[in-house]
Amino acid sequence: MTPIVEVRALHKRFGELEVLKGIDFTVAEGEVVSVIGASGSGKTTLLRCLNLLEEFHQGEVLIGGEAIGYHTRRGQRARMGEQEIARQRAMTGMVFQSFNLFPHMSALDNVTLGLTKVRGMPRNQAIELGDHWLERVGMLERRDYRPSQLSGGQQQRVAIARAIAMNPKVMLFDEATSALDPERVGEVLETIRSLAQEGMTMVLVTHEMRFARDVSDKVVFMEDGRIAEQGPPERLFMHPESPRLQAFLKTSSF
Amino acid sequence: MNYHFNFAPIFEQWPLLLSGIGLGLLLALVSIAIGSALGLVVAFASRAPNRWLRSLAFTWISILRNLPILVIVLFLFFGMPQLGLSLDKITSFIVALSLYASAYMAEVFRGGLLSVPQGLIEAGQAIGLTSFRIKRYIVLPIMFRNALPAFGNNFISLFKDTSLAATIAVPELTFYARKINSETFRVIEVWLVASLLYIVCCYAITLVLRAMEKRLVLEKA
Repeated sequence: MTPIVEVRALHKRFGELEVLKGIDFTVAEGEVVSVIGASGSGKTTLLRCLNLLEEFHQGEVLIGGEAIGYHTRRGQRARMGEQEIARQRAMTGMVFQSFNLFPHMSALDNVTLGLTKVRGMPRNQAIELGDHWLERVGMLERRDYRPSQLSGGQQQRVAIARAIAMNPKVMLFDEATSALDPERVGEVLETIRSLAQEGMTMVLVTHEMRFARDVSDKVVFMEDGRIAEQGPPERLFMHPESPRLQAFLKTSSF
Repeated sequence: MNYHFNFAPIFEQWPLLLSGIGLGLLLALVSIAIGSALGLVVAFASRAPNRWLRSLAFTWISILRNLPILVIVLFLFFGMPQLGLSLDKITSFIVALSLYASAYMAEVFRGGLLSVPQGLIEAGQAIGLTSFRIKRYIVLPIMFRNALPAFGNNFISLFKDTSLAATIAVPELTFYARKINSETFRVIEVWLVASLLYIVCCYAITLVLRAMEKRLVLEKA
């Protein structure tokens, strides 16, 4: 079966600095993959390559079997046109560390904007679907609130609804709980967990080791722009092979 | 001091003064509308990827901001006919004030654009919006809200600049006040009344803009 996400020999530079040094990994349908590693190991950059928020310089990213972002014209690798890239970005749903809700719109309008303007859905149908997903993340009662009237955890749940309402092939979470007050982390993790249990394909960049262990089918450990180790969570967390991962796990709290 | 105030000759001319302030408001509104539209284009140009476009925008802003508005008014009204372009005095003044306003509004909007967090643009990209739609639905609405206080200050300032239209005989408030002054010699009275009209008008504009700000400006999340 075609994997939902397939990354092949991915390289990415910021100027002279190479931050991704050849990444290979796949995510199968319904799989939950957690990416862990120290700050600066390249995990957020990797995630942002999956929806083309970052450019990459070598290698390929395939979403649902389709190579995204670049094509080869007369032997030259070139970035695709804007329309094409926008369409491909909508195949993935992204949840940001800092929520990034549109501050001038209600929770509901945040969710329906993409449905009406990208998917071309009629307004009433978009509202119906928006309500459905807001209810799913426990935010239906706050559908008319502005982001500034919501707590961090509530904002993040709306952001999850905004992303998932677009019916993406895979959901990407970029340290979705790192900006939250400790007492708000649980509600967001619960939302993510319940989506995982329903079979949503996900890639999570996270510092929540316990959560990564409990919810993931596969864990990817990154170190200095490379994947140092990957496998089922039991093996990585209980019997880490590489000394780097052993050291990393010692310093991480559970 | 035993000056005897006599406002009667002023109030006989009340309709003139009112029509003067009305024309002033109209001049300001039209010029600010044109200036804002131009300023918006200049603001986007100042942030364009193209280097020439950026330099052009900054040149535009620095030339117009470093010229006194009176010089622009006189140059357009007396200078342009020499070059074969005669405009009537009202049009000429509107062009002058619009150009002047465009530089200030460009700065207002440029600040507004800088205030839109990159993360919101990325959030728009992530749901598959094209860059035009990101501007239309995310950047512009947020920019306008954030720019509103600075926009208001410039609005007041530009409205007061309409008094300079008197120098080319546009019949706005200052023009009529001067006329009444020379006809009645009630110097203090006429300028007191004119001042009061300006203050009331500016204050009313402030109140309207403040009400708009209250409704529109975004609280920090």
